[in-house]
Amino acid sequence: MSEQTEALAKKIDAQLAGSAQRAPALEGELAYTCEPAALLAVCRTLRDAAELKFEMLMDLAGVDHLVYGRDEWQTQSATRSGFSRGRVVRTDPPDVNAPGRFAVVYNLLSITHNQRVRLTVRCPDTAEPVVDSVAGVWASANWFEREAFDLFGILFRGHPDLRRLLTDYGFIGHPFRKDFPLIGNVEVQYDADKQRVVYQPVTIVPRVLVPKVIRHDSRYEPALRDPQAPR
Amino acid sequence: MSQEIRNYTMNFGPQHPAAHGVLRLVLELDGEVIQKADPHIGLLHRATEKLAESKPFNQSIGYMDRLDYVSMMCNEHAYVLAIERLLGIRPPQRAQYIRVMFDEITRILNHLMWLGAHGIDIGAMTVFLLCFKQREELMDVYEAVSGTRMHATYYRPGGVYRDLPDSMPRYQASKWRTQKDADRMNAGRDGTMLDFIQSFTDRFPAAIDDYETLLTDNRIWKQRTVNIGVVGPERAMQLGFSGPMLRGSGIAWDLRKKQPYEVYDRMDFDVPVGKTGDCYDRYLVRVAEMRQSNRIIRQCVDWLRANPGPVMIDDRKVRPPSREHMKEDMESLIHHFKFFTEGYEVPAGETYAAVEAPKGEFGIYLVSDGANKPYRLKCRAPGFPHLAALEEMSRGHMLADVVAIIGTQDIVFGEIDR
Repeated sequence: MSEQTEALAKKIDAQLAGSAQRAPALEGELAYTCEPAALLAVCRTLRDAAELKFEMLMDLAGVDHLVYGRDEWQTQSATRSGFSRGRVVRTDPPDVNAPGRFAVVYNLLSITHNQRVRLTVRCPDTAEPVVDSVAGVWASANWFEREAFDLFGILFRGHPDLRRLLTDYGFIGHPFRKDFPLIGNVEVQYDADKQRVVYQPVTIVPRVLVPKVIRHDSRYEPALRDPQAPR
Repeated sequence: MSQEIRNYTMNFGPQHPAAHGVLRLVLELDGEVIQKADPHIGLLHRATEKLAESKPFNQSIGYMDRLDYVSMMCNEHAYVLAIERLLGIRPPQRAQYIRVMFDEITRILNHLMWLGAHGIDIGAMTVFLLCFKQREELMDVYEAVSGTRMHATYYRPGGVYRDLPDSMPRYQASKWRTQKDADRMNAGRDGTMLDFIQSFTDRFPAAIDDYETLLTDNRIWKQRTVNIGVVGPERAMQLGFSGPMLRGSGIAWDLRKKQPYEVYDRMDFDVPVGKTGDCYDRYLVRVAEMRQSNRIIRQCVDWLRANPGPVMIDDRKVRPPSREHMKEDMESLIHHFKFFTEGYEVPAGETYAAVEAPKGEFGIYLVSDGANKPYRLKCRAPGFPHLAALEEMSRGHMLADVVAIIGTQDIVFGEIDR
């Protein structure tokens, strides 16, 4: 499997000549990143070059890297040998305007050569994340890009019909951004007086049952992973 | 005297029996001919992906059932595969065979639901009743193995939750059900679950023949499906089609053959391919797939009978401690509690795991930042690009054909809206 991916990586490197960089990936998978300016050229090459032929865009995903690797709580060891118990809520908020916060990930498939590749593009401007639309390269990108626009607020330059897709008519905000609360901002309710459905601020409170990241957990210390221990 | 003639706009759904859920379709019609079709989706949007980002990995398996709620275990399969890839683990062989068997049972469940609903959409009532008779038996298999008829949560990273049961639940006579009826319904349920599945696979080909007798050469059925919603192979690839929609257009592409996962490379089965890419070919492909699934199930039953063994990986990080240990041993109790509340950490990285779900390629793009929860989860639902192509497929057809096209796309809103 990995020989195949290496062979494919050589072909892609030869075709793209520096406009896309290899990114770390699991064994048997192949990932590339490219600059937003080069995106359309890279996609066309991936689709059209005879030895690549990635004729299908299987998936397009927006990713918000706002809190990547961060945790909602910081855990501290309460005792020297037991489980980590102490916790401190993180107070410093992440920088919402950090460059490269938003990324678009394309999962491509070549039916001709039975190969897959993943391409990642980071939007340079976080306040107004824009990348070129690939709807002209793969028709399936049309709805995938509408979804990414709706949920992440990523704009796709040259998209034929960039409307919201999944959220309610008149929805405000981009719900899959990491700074959008899980419970949302508004809820709907039937108002008996007005005899229609009305919007109102949410009445439930967000709860974090399990902190985002549990690190320094003594369960994962190699010395404690003794195969003889009872399960 | 001149009269102004203009197109008019019609609202189809969101509550329409042929919309297969909550599809709002804004149609622009010239007489009865479709000029434009604009699907408005998202009425069933539950933000599954965002919910999964706030929960430990194992707690989201149940959400996967609720995506495409007629092919439950296949969705779980993709999610579990993605986690396993990031963890770098492989389930034991018996678990892999069980997964393959249940994937195929799920495929039959899905195709029976599709056939019945598609039939009733375009006027064949009897097929619906016949399909649900067989479907019920497989639902009982789901229930026997997982405890629920639909939302099984049976696959786990590292294997499956438990081994196959030794007996099938039986119907009992009651005020509403005579002993005779109960006996008839209990046919084949005397032995183990594998015996029951085997007896099902013996009977099922005859049932498919019944459906085919009703439909395949039926004049009305052919009038409603032949040359409706034609998509050529090139266009099907452009539009991101997969599964029977792609195979119906003449492309022999099946992940089970081309990129085999679990033990599909040891299975003997064929990939049916259509020719013209119309609704009728996709019908033929799906019916043929049911026969192939039946074959695969049979091979799995034979193997599973002969090869007992563990169904869960022996890694304490991803499997909970046994009940026995939990009751006796303090450390195991703590581990059990931590496992089900905090879960386990998955190494940082990203992966895309895809399975051949009944509707097409169901993929999970999973990003982990080393936490006990996914950082980003994206479900690639096969129905999503199919529905996106609805306008293209229905333009120029009559209003009634939209129903046939929605039916042939095998639309389920659980996975499209997510």
